[in-house]
Amino acid sequence: MFDFFRFFGKEESSSKNIAKERLKLVLIHDRANVSPKFLDIIKGDIIKIISDYLEFDVDEIDIRITKVQNGESDYSSALVANIPIKKMKKIGKNSG
Amino acid sequence: MGEVYVITSGKGGVGKTTTTANIGAALAMEGKSVVLLDADIGLRNLDVVLGLENRIVYDLIDVVEGACRLKQALVKDKRFDGLFLLPAAQTRDKNAVSPKQMQDLCKELKEQFDYILIDCPAGIEQGFKNAVAGADKAIVVTIPEVSAVRDADRIIGLLAANDLHYPELVINRLRIDMVKRGDMMNIEDTLDILGIDLLGVVPDDESIVISTNKGEPVIATRNSLAGKAFVNIAKRIEGLDVPIMNLDEDNSIVDRLKRLFGIGKK
Repeated sequence: MFDFFRFFGKEESSSKNIAKERLKLVLIHDRANVSPKFLDIIKGDIIKIISDYLEFDVDEIDIRITKVQNGESDYSSALVANIPIKKMKKIGKNSG
Repeated sequence: MGEVYVITSGKGGVGKTTTTANIGAALAMEGKSVVLLDADIGLRNLDVVLGLENRIVYDLIDVVEGACRLKQALVKDKRFDGLFLLPAAQTRDKNAVSPKQMQDLCKELKEQFDYILIDCPAGIEQGFKNAVAGADKAIVVTIPEVSAVRDADRIIGLLAANDLHYPELVINRLRIDMVKRGDMMNIEDTLDILGIDLLGVVPDDESIVISTNKGEPVIATRNSLAGKAFVNIAKRIEGLDVPIMNLDEDNSIVDRLKRLFGIGKK
């Protein structure tokens, strides 16, 4: 017997698409699995750059790599930095 | 000055050794001088795949430890002019050699051969580190299955960490019938996920098992699709522009019907 849904439906239920979806998700996790040392280096560099413009508490800074959803089945990694600002520095206001 | 390629995969059993043997034999058939270096110390297999297991006197460890000269350890393949094997030691482990020693060995081999192909052991430990240490370029072998593709992705990251930034992909054991049914990831899917350049596609082929049983490279088998695919890969390594073999992916009844009704991709 013919499977009409297989012929005319979307291919989404085929096992290769399931494989692809699962792989995409697991790889986002695998790839984001960076060492704390790596994140510390990034954090240090970000602090160096923005400290000319902003005042903030170094201990409050939160930097991590997360999974973000761009579409129904479209995921990517993102570097998310949460930096609470205490005060803008003058130089930042003038040049901005 | 020769070029050093490491053939790696992360996961075991995807066909690294077969790929190494066949690309090497194909390059030799093209008139190049080639040495195949088995870096899988303790679990060597390149010798049996090539059918050279009875001709081994010295091995890689003997060379790096100075127990013999490099020339004494090289096993010449009499069927393919210019093809040599530097076997791994079977009774030692991966720590018997260091990355620095491998680099020095590769340097020495580069002076004598056009191509040095290193058969990397599975895994990401010392054996991998040794195998990639002296390499100029990397070839990643995978099969279109989740576990193999996941490990390939990890290996691509580790290669980059070792300054091997543009590895090329060999998709091995592709089953056209399953791809047509939508039950196996196709070439495009795999490339989409891994994001590296394609070096070649080798269809699943019984003749691989048969030729390995006999200890001869499959490229010597007439009418073998896999053999042809390996020859094409060797030509691409030489810089020739050889298109990927038409594996008839788009002509299944399902696809034709879909096109008829305007559903499938053009």
